[in-house]
Amino acid sequence: MKVYDVVIIGGGPAGLAAAVSAYDSGAESVLILERDDVLGGILNQCIHNGFGLTRFKESMTGPEYADRFIKEVRKRNIEVKLKTTVLDLCEDKTVTAINEREGVFFVRGKAVILAMGCRERSRGALNVAGTRVAGVYSAGTAQKYVNVKGFLPGKNVVILGSGDIGLIMARRMTLEGAKVHAVCEIMPHSSGLKRNIVQCLNDFDIPLYLNHTITRIDGDARVTGVQISKVDQNKKPILGSEFYIPCDTVLFSVGLIPENELSKNAGVELSPKTKGAVVYQNRETSISGIFACGNVLQVHDLVDFVSEEAELAGKSASEYARRGDREKDCVNCIAKDKITYVLPQKIDKNQSGNVTLFFRANGVYKNCRVVVENDGQEVLSLKKRVVVPGEMERVILTEKIIKALNGDLTLKIVE
Amino acid sequence: MFDVAVIGGGVIGGAILRKLSSYNLKICLLEKGNDVCVGQSKANSGIVHAGFDASVGTLKAKFNVLGNAMMPKYARELGVKYENNGSLVVAFSDEEMITLGELKERGIRNGVQGLEIIDQAKLRELEPNISPNAVGALLAKTGGIICPYELTIASIGNAMDNGATLFTNFEVDKINAGDSFEIYSANGQKVQSKIVVNCAGYGSQKVANLIGDYSFTIGGRRGEYILLDRESGGFAKHTLFFTPTKKGKGILISPTVDGNLLLGPTADEVDFNNTDTTQIGLQSVIDKANEMCVGVPTYNVITSFAGVRAYCDKHDFIIEESNVKNGFINCVGIESPGLTSAPAIAEYVVDEIISKRITLTKNPNFNGVRKPDYFFSKLTVEEKNEIIKKDPSYGRIVCRCERITEGEIVRALTQNPRATDIDGVKRRTRAGMGRCQGGFCQPYVADLIAKVNGVTIDKVTKNGKGSEIVVGETK
Amino acid sequence: MKKVNLTCIECPIGCDITVEIDGEKVLSVQGNACQRGKLYVSNEVVCPVRVLTTTVKTQNGKMLPVKSNKPIKKADIFVAMEKINGVVAKTPIKIGERVIADIFDGVDIIACADVE
Repeated sequence: MKVYDVVIIGGGPAGLAAAVSAYDSGAESVLILERDDVLGGILNQCIHNGFGLTRFKESMTGPEYADRFIKEVRKRNIEVKLKTTVLDLCEDKTVTAINEREGVFFVRGKAVILAMGCRERSRGALNVAGTRVAGVYSAGTAQKYVNVKGFLPGKNVVILGSGDIGLIMARRMTLEGAKVHAVCEIMPHSSGLKRNIVQCLNDFDIPLYLNHTITRIDGDARVTGVQISKVDQNKKPILGSEFYIPCDTVLFSVGLIPENELSKNAGVELSPKTKGAVVYQNRETSISGIFACGNVLQVHDLVDFVSEEAELAGKSASEYARRGDREKDCVNCIAKDKITYVLPQKIDKNQSGNVTLFFRANGVYKNCRVVVENDGQEVLSLKKRVVVPGEMERVILTEKIIKALNGDLTLKIVE
Repeated sequence: MFDVAVIGGGVIGGAILRKLSSYNLKICLLEKGNDVCVGQSKANSGIVHAGFDASVGTLKAKFNVLGNAMMPKYARELGVKYENNGSLVVAFSDEEMITLGELKERGIRNGVQGLEIIDQAKLRELEPNISPNAVGALLAKTGGIICPYELTIASIGNAMDNGATLFTNFEVDKINAGDSFEIYSANGQKVQSKIVVNCAGYGSQKVANLIGDYSFTIGGRRGEYILLDRESGGFAKHTLFFTPTKKGKGILISPTVDGNLLLGPTADEVDFNNTDTTQIGLQSVIDKANEMCVGVPTYNVITSFAGVRAYCDKHDFIIEESNVKNGFINCVGIESPGLTSAPAIAEYVVDEIISKRITLTKNPNFNGVRKPDYFFSKLTVEEKNEIIKKDPSYGRIVCRCERITEGEIVRALTQNPRATDIDGVKRRTRAGMGRCQGGFCQPYVADLIAKVNGVTIDKVTKNGKGSEIVVGETK
Repeated sequence: MKKVNLTCIECPIGCDITVEIDGEKVLSVQGNACQRGKLYVSNEVVCPVRVLTTTVKTQNGKMLPVKSNKPIKKADIFVAMEKINGVVAKTPIKIGERVIADIFDGVDIIACADVE
């Protein structure tokens, strides 16, 4: 069995950045396993712009952003296996994979990086009533048909969920000649970026119905219409509030779920909140030598941050491959009031450097403070004009704060 | 001229067709859908019932018990997954315990083996997630589970391998009954046959009416189901039933042979073949499931669906030659336990009814064994690599959730009965049945369907005409 | 003179910006976190512009992602789409190569990926 310093599962934005970083930090043999026939992952179908503003200080399209990293990978002695699906990952970091040339084969990584990304929640997961006819897609599937295959899934569209992919597809389908009649969001606020509301919906006069959901899908062979209902505070449809929109297509943009089936099988501890691995600040999971980054770890809003996180994981994995396991001195990071989750969930005090805590608020809060507490003391407080669930926030803890930590650390929002 | 035309490509029609194919006969199957198995045979509980439920002396009781005994071998020959997981009818009161005693008695009179009343402690040992309110259960060791569409498709495929002809999109519209039967479809196809077997499920009354047979009425009862991710498949080991009351049988919780967990069905009367799910129905399934068990992992729902069970006003199966016309055989009102009964019904219809009208001689070339459609992921590494060496397309995973390869999909598109649409591929291979529900693999599957059939993607349908997956090119 | 409230779309922060205008003349800009925001709203109140991203069919049948190398007038977007949809790009093509020259006011449509 061939052994690599670092084996990376997934050749999307996370895997690419992790590979380059691992290589540049000294890993001598790096392997990327990618199931698609090209590198770049989901970026290949994200043809809209707005990527790279943080990292490259310019607005790039998804394929352009991917291209930068693919070229960096190609410049280095990084091995890439395309059309290769990983079937299994063991605790000992043996990876079982399959492709057309080699059949089922095994490789081992001294370190392994999980970079499998995420999948979309489907209609089924929401239990939306009605028929199971043609014309019902998750937004990402529609995006693949339109942008990669060059086919239009339908002409009259209703979108459920105001996630970014849904908003982007509202504009995209409009540009390609479809009429988008409505975007319904069950929450009182959009789950997508504000700029996407403006440039994808407002630009084309597409109405956004907050506190609304689709309660029935009609159709015989293909969708013929949807019933939309207003919901109460408990997200339950309000009887009598129903209205009907004839349409031939329904897109679902109702959230992303990290694809952690391999991680689970390997025994990696997962967080019920993020649905991704529980990690230390270096992105190491509960299994030493297995690292995670990108959307398989936590669903990011911006690919720029995926790259950043992947570089951290790549560097850490490379170090691990060289030096092996080291003793940890661990404290937990706990999400308290008004916070959905904090990542990393664990801080190893033996690691040097500052630690950035990423978190999401569980609602919209204006003029608030983000407070970090330890041992009954406030160790950091940060003023925020506004925090929203749709946008990931961060606070930086200096090495000095980390070294002084006594027991677990909590994070909360105070209005 | 065919010797026998079977109308309806469901589990009963399929089983009869396969049985017929073991004789020297010219036979065909007329299916109104774009594919076989698109009616109630594709959307039911998939239970191989033990046979204690049906009243003593009914056809239901007779064929249930016979079919239950035949099923393991029948499934094995056809390469269909079957599991003898056992059933539990759960009682929640002393009164219901009394009912269980009656059920057991009835079962014994029906000829069911392996029935045992168990107490609360034993029940909890068998099913740790059962509600603390459950006081005992009737354990039926011969109860089992099977995949109903896999079974139907395999029966029909095997019959076709043995010479049967399949006509899809053949909705029977007119029958001229003379010395033989001239059967016309709504879209202009015509078939002539000496004998007709009406297995048209929900449509069987309409078909019988075409020859002037008005002897029975078919009603529809819709059942809504919820399917959970394989991660939750181990939540229940047995098939869990409520004790039947005057109000009905309630829902069941069961593992499936593919490792998912199934909840349902509801039961409400519908006046047409309405397979819509409803908010109320789905909620009631969840509520009932939570009565049966503690901590039902409803966060793991991957899909919901509904099927319409066709039942007959006689409340028993009707399996007999029509009084109106010789050679026209009705096999109707086959509600539960129809799936379990299918192999036994097929033997009876062919050997006891059709044999009286036509001489049956064994087909010397008959081979009742069929290789499964879904098999690759179950092979050993060595077996997989041997196949990939011969056909590299088995090395390309298309459906990541269920790990279905390109090779398997192409095979489903080319072997009997050929899949022609997205749902057909899904039922045969499980591509698209997993947790992402086809989100990733559907465009890939569509490509393969287009490629094998030499068309563009905009001709590919979900399940037949009018269900095209895209409306046209963007440019 | 009037006040206009806008959400900046230049970056994901999405600043809520208030612009005071008199006719086409911008009097003041408030709420922007950076200079790009100021430029954005100044354009937006007079003549909104957008970078257009879409796809072009290529000779080998694959779709090529493309974008306008500069923003074009919002009002021209559907006209631009029509022009772009009528073009078949020659292959091979490299990222950054021009697919359509001067679609509007010196704006080019350029390739966003390599296609062989």
